[in-house]
Parts: sequence; C-alpha cells; structure tokens
Amino acid sequence: MTAESVHITSYRTYLWVLIALLFLTFVTITVTWIDLSALTVLVALVIASVKAYIVLTWFMHLKYESSLFRVLVIVVLAIYALVIGLTYFDYLLR
Amino acid sequence: MEEHRDDIGARLGMWIFIFTEILLFGGLFLVYAVMRAGYSADFHQAAHHLNAFIGAVNTLVLLVSSATVAMSITAVQKGDSKKGVILLLVTLVCAGIFLVNKYFEWGHKIHIGLYPGSDLMLTLNHGSVMFFSLYFFMTGLHMLHLVIGAIVLTIAMVKVKSGAITPNKYVLLENGGLYWHLVDLIWIFLFPLLYLIT
Amino acid sequence: MTAENIHHPEPSYLEYRGKYKGLLGWLTTTDHKRIGLMYMYAMMVFFIVGVILGELMRLELFRPGQQFYGPQVYNGLFTLHGIIMIFTVVIPGLAAVFGNFAMPIMIGAKDVAFPRLNLFSWYLFILGAAIALSSQFMGDGPPDTGWTFYAPYSVTTHTNVIAAVLGAFVLGFSSILTGLNFIVTIHRLRAPGMTFFKMPLFPWAVYATAWIQVLATPIVGITLLMIIAERTLRIGFFDPNLGGDPVLYQHLFWIYSHPAVYIMILPAMGVVTEIIPTFSQRRVFGYKAIALSSMAIAFVGYFVWAHHMFTSGMSSTARWIFSLLTFLVAVPSAIKVFNWVTTMYKGSIDVKPPFLYSLGFIFLFMIGGLTGLSLGSLATNIHVHDTAYVVAHFHYIVFGGVGFAFFAALHYWYPKMYGRMYNFKLANIAFVFLFAGFNLLYFPQFIIGLMGMPRRYFDYLPQFTFGMQLSFYGGILLAIGLVLMLYNLFQKNGAKAPANPWGGSTLEWTIPSPPPVENFDVMPEMGPDEEPYDYK
Repeated sequence: MTAESVHITSYRTYLWVLIALLFLTFVTITVTWIDLSALTVLVALVIASVKAYIVLTWFMHLKYESSLFRVLVIVVLAIYALVIGLTYFDYLLR
Repeated sequence: MEEHRDDIGARLGMWIFIFTEILLFGGLFLVYAVMRAGYSADFHQAAHHLNAFIGAVNTLVLLVSSATVAMSITAVQKGDSKKGVILLLVTLVCAGIFLVNKYFEWGHKIHIGLYPGSDLMLTLNHGSVMFFSLYFFMTGLHMLHLVIGAIVLTIAMVKVKSGAITPNKYVLLENGGLYWHLVDLIWIFLFPLLYLIT
Repeated sequence: MTAENIHHPEPSYLEYRGKYKGLLGWLTTTDHKRIGLMYMYAMMVFFIVGVILGELMRLELFRPGQQFYGPQVYNGLFTLHGIIMIFTVVIPGLAAVFGNFAMPIMIGAKDVAFPRLNLFSWYLFILGAAIALSSQFMGDGPPDTGWTFYAPYSVTTHTNVIAAVLGAFVLGFSSILTGLNFIVTIHRLRAPGMTFFKMPLFPWAVYATAWIQVLATPIVGITLLMIIAERTLRIGFFDPNLGGDPVLYQHLFWIYSHPAVYIMILPAMGVVTEIIPTFSQRRVFGYKAIALSSMAIAFVGYFVWAHHMFTSGMSSTARWIFSLLTFLVAVPSAIKVFNWVTTMYKGSIDVKPPFLYSLGFIFLFMIGGLTGLSLGSLATNIHVHDTAYVVAHFHYIVFGGVGFAFFAALHYWYPKMYGRMYNFKLANIAFVFLFAGFNLLYFPQFIIGLMGMPRRYFDYLPQFTFGMQLSFYGGILLAIGLVLMLYNLFQKNGAKAPANPWGGSTLEWTIPSPPPVENFDVMPEMGPDEEPYDYK
C-alpha cells in the first residue's frame, strides 16, 4: 500500500478535548439539580450528543479520515434514529 | 503470497464493526426508550437508588482513559514508544478503577437483594423492575465490552513495548483505541440516562 | 491480458497444495473460492435436512387428524424446519456462497479484504448451526416456538429454546463478519479504474446485502440475548407479569428479520441480473437503475418491519404508515423486474439451464411479490394473517425466489467452480420437476389460506383435504427434481469447461476454469472509457 498522509494530533489538542468533555460532564450533573421536569431527558441527551460528537471527531479521528467515514457514520445514525422514531411512533399513538 | 497491507481498509473494517456495536446497544436503548415512555414516574423514582457519585467518578475515569489512549497513538506516531506504553498503562489502570467501582456498586445492590429475578425485585412496581433490569443488562453488557477493550489494549501495549507496533505500523493500536472510544461513547449515554434522570 | 490468463501454468484453486493437503487443506484455507464452496457444501446438508423435515410435515398433513405423530412433534418440526432453512440456508445463502466465490473475481481482486476473518466466519457458521441443532437432543425437548421465538411463549415454554436462540446469535455474528468483509473488499479492492458505477451488478447486490447484514443483525443479536436473559435471569422486558411488553419483542425481532428477507433476495436478484443479459446476449438494460434499486431496497426495507405485526395490537396510525412504507419497497423491486424483461426484449435468447432457472425465478418471484402486496395492505392482511396464504407467500419468495436463483447461480458458475460442464438435458428435466412441483406444492396453500386454513396447525377441517393432498404430491415432485438436479451436478464427469462457456462479459470469464489460486496472473485494470460489461 502506498503511504497515506498521516495526521498527528498534538497532546495539547487532546488535553483541550478532555477538558471540554469533563466540563460537559460537570454541566450535565449540575443541571439535574435544577428542576427542568419534562426537559430533563432532552437536556441530558443533547449534552451527551455533544460529548459524543467531540469523541467521534477528535478521539476517533473522524476529522482527519476521508469523507467516506463521516458519511457512513451519519447514515448509520440516521437509520438508527429512523428506526427508533418509527417504533416510538407506535407507542406514542397507541 | 506477498503481504498485503491496507490500513485504511483495516480501519474501515473496525468502523463497520463499531456500527454493529452501536446498533447492538441501540436495541437496548430502544427498549429503554419504550419503557421510559410507559413508566416515566417509576423511572425517576428508581433512579434515586443509583449512586450518581460513583457514576460520575466512572465517567471521569473513562474520559481520562479515552484521552490517554488517543495520546498514546500520538506518542507511537512520534516514535516515543516509552511514553506510549505509559499512556496505555494509565488507560488500563483507569479500566481497573472503573471495574472496582462497578464491583462495589453492583455488590451493594446484590447484597440488599436487588438483582433481576430476586424476591425483592418481584415486590417492586413494574416500572422499577424494568429500570433495574435495564440497569443491570446495559451496564453489564457495557462492562463486558470494557473488559474486551482492555484485553485488546493490553495486547497493543505489549506490542508497543516489544517493538511490533512502530510509527509506520500501528493500525492495531488505532483500532484498539477506536474500540475503547466506543466503550466511552456508550457510557456517555448510559450515565445520564440511568443515573441522572432523578 | 485475456490470452495470458487463459494459458495458465499455475494449478487451480481446487488442486493447489498449501501447507496441508486434502481435507485439512480445505479446513485451513483462506481462499475465498474454497470458502465459498465450503459454505455451499454445509448449506446443502442443512438444506436437505430442512427439505426432509418439510416433507415429514406434508406427510402428516395428508389427512385431517393424527396420522404418524402428535402435535408436539409437529411443533418441533416446523420450528426446526424454520430455524434451519432461515438461519443456516437462505440467510447466508447466495451471499456467502457466490458472494465469496464470484464477487472478488468480478471486481478484479485476489481475495477478500480479510481472508482469515472470512474463514473464521465459516467456522462461526458451523458452530452456530451445531448449537442450534443441539437444541434437538439436549435439555427438555426440541423448541416448539416457531423460528420467530415470539415472547412470552419463548420465555415460558419448558423446551430447549436457549440453545436454538444461542445458535441463531452465533449465526448472526458470522453473518455480520461476512458482511463487514464484503463491504471493505468492495471499497478497497476493486481493480484500478473500476469505479462503483463500473462494477458489475452482482457485486452491487452483494454490497447492498452486506450493509443490511451489518446494520440489521445486531438488533436481533441483542434481542436474542434478551430472550436468554429473560429465561435465565427473569429480566422481564417481554414479560407482562413484570411490566414488560411482548409487542416490543416483535418490534425488535422484525427490525432485523424483515431486512433479513432482503439479505436473502438481493443477491438472488443480483445473480439473475448477471444471467439474463448473458443469455440474451445483450447488455443489461438500465445499469444504474438496477444498481441503485439494490441500495433503495436495502434502505427502504429497513423501515417496513411492522407489517408483520398488523394484528399484534399496534396503534392504527403506525399500522397504516408501515403499510404505506411496505408498498414503497415494491417500486425498486418492480424496477428490477422491468429491467430484466426489457433486457430480454429483442435479445438473441439462448435458453440454457441457468437462464431457465432465472426465468423460473422471475415468474415465482412475481407471484411472491404481488401476493406480498396483498399482505402489506392492512385490510387484506387482517383477513389472511397467520394463514396458509402467508406460508405460500413467503415460500414463493424464499424458495421460489432465493432457491431458484441459487440453482440458477449454481448452474451458471458451476463450470467456473469445477472446470466441468454438466448435462444440460438432465438439468432442464430437473427444472421442469422443480418448477411444476413447487407450484403444485405452494399454490394450493394460497387458496386454502384464503379459505381460512391457519398456519402452524397440526390438524385441519375436512374441506382443506384436497388442497393439502395437492401440496403433498407437489412436495414429491419437488423432491424428485432436487434429487435429479443434485445427481446431475455431482457427476463431475462432463466435458472440460472452457474459460467462458456462456459468453459472459465479466472478469471471472477471462480466467481459466477452475481459476488459479490468486485468480489473476496480470491484475486487471479498467481504462476511463471502459464500461462494466466489456470483458468478452
């Protein structure tokens, strides 16, 4: 195989990513002290999704992979979301 | 046959495997979503019985371990195998801490008789039974993945140390790292959904 | 390039001796062609067992009332018949056999991307099948749940469900790894210059199939694990007594098991798409439409699962939405059929056995597909739900469709596989028996289903006797056809096969029959002006 161009992420970047993730964890814990009632789960999921996005992008190197990888991740998550949505639909309307 | 090597192909394979893992847990999250919709009040009540502090500690531990795995790849790419080994060792220690925490967490619940199929469980209301069953099933499966990930990373660490993983050839470490981040990703969702919905 | 490859000094993959010889040489092989054949041999055995179980059921159903054995045995028989036929025959099916044998050659590769993983998949397949079959002999008797393992019965029955479920889980894992292997192979190992839209259509179909294998199977994997946990730990997700929901099981099960139908049928369609143009001596009509319709079927097929559950108590809105989505799948399927027929139009048709079996496929698939529409329609579904009509429908798809396409593929690539021709006349006679027997076996089931005969019933009312007996005789004809076909293919003493006996125009016909170990002497390349079917 011909050598591919390799991107080396610096330690510093990873450290910032880690700090961001820890901060978001702190946020997600502290918001539970506030009573958001119906919004609790939504807020928790939004924060978790942001964290997941960060992990996927930097830790899992999606930022530096070819676009194929990103497209696949999006398609797979979209299919999963549709499956959840359709199933949920049945339960919500029953 | 001459050796055929395709790192991008290997990574693509790993990613596809990760998709299957995401969907494997996806089935459980689907069960969670449906049950939660049916028993949201019970779920709020039951979640009080989980120790959010241990959950938070484990979240921190996993995030740190994810960062160290990612950094170990940087170290190997730069040819600093010593640092790479140390960073992987930190990761494995984090995995150990996570498991010890889980041991105490589960141990306590089992001690007071709270586990699937127990007599205590059968006296609880339906929503709580579903919640605790999901809790044990999801965290149990997650733990299994964590152990597998730790084994893969141990192999990678030995290979970094022995020089089998080099700055030119480190796809095993990269794939092991991807798997480890998957373990982290799943926990990122498990933690709020199980511990923080009180 | 062509001439060089044909006068090949190297031994073929059948004769090649690596580290080990004989059987051990096969069991340790990483050659995609040998692994393809190993899948085929294993599947043949399972298929024959499945056929025998089916015939035993027909024997019992010859007259109303008990003839040879009781209802519990009958329940065990249809369960095992389903498990074997679905999980070990048609799901690996064409993808595992011909996807392995032909796909890498058709895209100009030496092997799949992960050859050792490929062998591992085969061992998982055998292991899973062995575990599933062990359910018959261990524990408290053969499972009696049907292949769908519907909760809560699968949780409460005392029979040995766990072994069957575990076997299905392992088989699913094997299927996932095969799919993963094929996706990476197609992405990374296509010949230089062969873009996705210069790839033959069988690899396209395998590619679409592989994505379903990868993205749908994990859902059933976790569901089966939940069934095991239900039985051993009482987690109660599907147990109404603990607050669980049995309908949720049906959702999870069909989220996989409906796309699984496309795992079976897509490669079948792919094979037919190769065979029809070859024997019509025309270029395939609507290349892009066929390629993309495979992907469209794979995608839309993911969102129609709940049409299996119209009588389960789902919400009415969800039911009509799933009914609508189900109709959508008919569109890409019909696109394919129109393209096959149009390819034949004004072609110089040469009716050889592979073509004949392909025609059989189109005919039977049309009946299966159209009756599928009547099942997908909400109102008619409720009338015929869980009747023999459904049995007839899915046998038309799974046996009439997948089975006949499998036979077509076998007759198409047989010369490439073994370097020998077979007896055309006998193959044609076998086809007549198979085709007539098949229709006689399953068509009456449509009628007695409409009259109200439920499926999975051991006994029936006297008015169904005539239909049941027709089916029995059809089963006999079908069995004769199978024996004739297999007898013909097992001869292996036909004339030596040339490299390109049919005038095919894909890469596998440019190399000798049987192919050498690494397929190509000179790795093929495609220029910017070359088109998919230019190798003639």
